[in-house]
Amino acid sequence: MQSFEPLISSSPKLNSSDTAWLLVATALVLLMTPALGFFYGGLVRKKNALNTMMMSVCALGFVGLAWALLGYSLAFGPGNAWIGDLSMALLRNVGLEPQGTIPHLLFFAFQGTFAIITAALISGAIVERMRFRPYLAFLTLWGVFVYAPLAHWVWGGGWLAKLGALDFAGGTVVHINAAAAALVAALLLKPRKDYARQAILPHNVPFTLLGAGLLWFGWFGFNGGSALAANSIAALAFVNTMLAPIATLVVWTLLDLSRTGRATAVGAATAIVVGLVAVTPAAGFVSPISAILLGAFAALPSYFALLWRARTRVDDSLDVVAAHGVGGTVGALLTGVLAQKSWNGVGDGLLFGNPRQLLVQAIGVAATIALSAAGTFAIVKLLAAFGQIRATARDEGLGLDVTQHGEEAYSRGEGAILVLPDLGTPRELPHPAAPPALLRGEAP
Amino acid sequence: MKLVVAIVRPEKLSDVLESLFRAEVRGLTLHRVQGHGGETDRVETYRGTTVKMELSDKVRLEIGVSDHFVEPTVNAILRAARTGEVGDGKIFVLPVEKVYRIRTGEEDQAAVTPIEELAPI
Repeated sequence: MQSFEPLISSSPKLNSSDTAWLLVATALVLLMTPALGFFYGGLVRKKNALNTMMMSVCALGFVGLAWALLGYSLAFGPGNAWIGDLSMALLRNVGLEPQGTIPHLLFFAFQGTFAIITAALISGAIVERMRFRPYLAFLTLWGVFVYAPLAHWVWGGGWLAKLGALDFAGGTVVHINAAAAALVAALLLKPRKDYARQAILPHNVPFTLLGAGLLWFGWFGFNGGSALAANSIAALAFVNTMLAPIATLVVWTLLDLSRTGRATAVGAATAIVVGLVAVTPAAGFVSPISAILLGAFAALPSYFALLWRARTRVDDSLDVVAAHGVGGTVGALLTGVLAQKSWNGVGDGLLFGNPRQLLVQAIGVAATIALSAAGTFAIVKLLAAFGQIRATARDEGLGLDVTQHGEEAYSRGEGAILVLPDLGTPRELPHPAAPPALLRGEAP
Repeated sequence: MKLVVAIVRPEKLSDVLESLFRAEVRGLTLHRVQGHGGETDRVETYRGTTVKMELSDKVRLEIGVSDHFVEPTVNAILRAARTGEVGDGKIFVLPVEKVYRIRTGEEDQAAVTPIEELAPI
């Protein structure tokens, strides 16, 4: 989304190739949210599997709706340098007219999938302990009042866009944003009652690998689609999305092998995500060999951040900060180092004679953390004023699947007594004309 | 010798094990079981199907102890497994006719007395 100008200056001509690619890319990015549910769901205990997956799945609904009704307009309405306006609220003025070379409506939907997954990413820091109703309220408010303004700053013609911050597909807007929110939410919610007292182990590592695989698949739409066209920049972003995680996976596995002598599956799944996060801001700006370097380097800070975090009292349960915050920051800063005008046609980084770009990138990172942390703090405090946001110790012990959702992920069905619906007598049914024999299922 | 059979909540198992180890109870067996102990039924809904779950997951511990160890064992479990709500479980103490330790052929009291020095692993 490097050169998006809201509602103006776009050549008023649809391109069917661009439209076709963005149609596919939108579906790919939407798939990433249930994929994240699998990634996170596998990492928690059996008794919280559904709750954790629902935290992602419900983002599809609640953030998606908030985006359509209000968020999109606040992000991409003309407005001022800080926030959009209400000119496109309730989807007014979002029609089939060209936005760049694709229909405006499709641009709206593509952007919506980004808002959804960003909010869902935060859930990894607060699993296994938050009541579900305040969680839904949090998601919705966060999508509108934190994500939308930041998207406006970077992509909607706001002040970071004017400053020249390079963020191809959302290193700041999506990943650093979600990670800063995750850290604040985890600190305000306090650690799980069993944290640092008992071993809390993943209940289904194959789910986590499945989620990582589907995330990678969807990420081709996330980064490749962010060119907003089916052109050579899309191809560059697409291939870099393949190369960077490849390098991260290799370095991560070698780190695992040298530290413990064993390559772990949870480590491999994490490595894939870290590589994808790191290449997100850089995808369409750096050369393929730079993407490999970037992916390889990104493994190191995240790997050691994970190890360090687990020894602290910060219960960022599924390490959103280490994967998305650290990985996103490394990616955003390295974009300012490795960007190459001969590949992207937009701008150079430090290595190619433009040291100022690195400074601009650092400002983008800092501004993102500031907005996200402050906004998240305000929303969580507001919700806490309205009622208990944390599950009771009893519910936490029993697991949130049963206590929040009334379902179990792996029910055996033993001892389940069917509660038959009370159909009442035939006279009370809404079809008085039908003879009672028919209602009882007998032949007339 | 007695056999202490305890049925406890799965979410209290870690606490119970920790408490037993603190009381120096070394040998035990556990099973994952389901049962009903007068708790309120849990209602679950799957699409149009609503069910009352009459059985709850529990953990059943079996601990063979010598007579003077019965009270510390029972107290350790009572302390750790209690939440105060219906469904905390039961402890049964049963008489045992004979015990053999398979490795050495020791019988009775000797068979349930923990060995002092553990062999190096």
